[in-house]
Amino acid sequence: MIKEDIVSQQRTRVQAGRADDGLGPNTDIGSRLRALYGSVQDEGVPEQLLDLLEKLDSAEQSQKSKDAPRSRE
Amino acid sequence: MTEMTRVEKIAAEPTSFKREMLSTLPSLRAFAVSLTGKHDKADDLVQDTVMKAWAKQTSFEMGTNIKAWLFTILRNEFYSQMRKRGREVQDSDGAFTERLSVHPPQYGSMDLQDFKKALGQLPDDQREAVILIGASGFSYEEAAEICDCAVGTMKSRVSRARTRLQDILKVSGEADYGPDAVATQVTTHNHSF
Repeated sequence: MIKEDIVSQQRTRVQAGRADDGLGPNTDIGSRLRALYGSVQDEGVPEQLLDLLEKLDSAEQSQKSKDAPRSRE
Repeated sequence: MTEMTRVEKIAAEPTSFKREMLSTLPSLRAFAVSLTGKHDKADDLVQDTVMKAWAKQTSFEMGTNIKAWLFTILRNEFYSQMRKRGREVQDSDGAFTERLSVHPPQYGSMDLQDFKKALGQLPDDQREAVILIGASGFSYEEAAEICDCAVGTMKSRVSRARTRLQDILKVSGEADYGPDAVATQVTTHNHSF
């Protein structure tokens, strides 16, 4: 409880601090930074990265089913 | 099209480590591009990061901040590769040097080209600070943790970066303008509003 209060206070302070750091929604630098960053983000995830994720996952799945009876989580 | 279905498929899966990782990849990749300056190098770096993160996934607590965790791994990986290679090719413009494949509607490409050049003139620590805070959406505390520095250090890096960028671009801190105003500003190179 108390910890949550502290965390939320910190958040508010962070937000308040953010308001005058010159990078907010109505600032020139902030919006250009986000436009640039967003243009890369919007390209999506390249195929080879999806391939990699799937390979890692299926390797793990088959490893898990091999060890299945002993180490089920 | 096929990519969307693949992404959606993973998003619907119960294996949440993979799913959470996937949701962070676009932002992680944009950060990688800002560090390496090149799309192909950025993709290699993201791949290395994904493999590292996968191998370390037991050290990640589900429900905690996976984005900050992945950014930390990527950043460490980048600097350790840089050290090994002895800082070979540092691109002239430094950050986001390649063409933008998508032009955000409210900015002309010229305008963002200028901005990329300006970003490239910043010291590495200031550039990554201003990107993590201004674009990746991290708090100062999170960014400080990612860069392994004090919160105050992070704040001063961001502040110096911002001042320097404003100086290079000759813009003021506040702006409220449409595309025409941006075009005017690009051609005249000073702020007249």
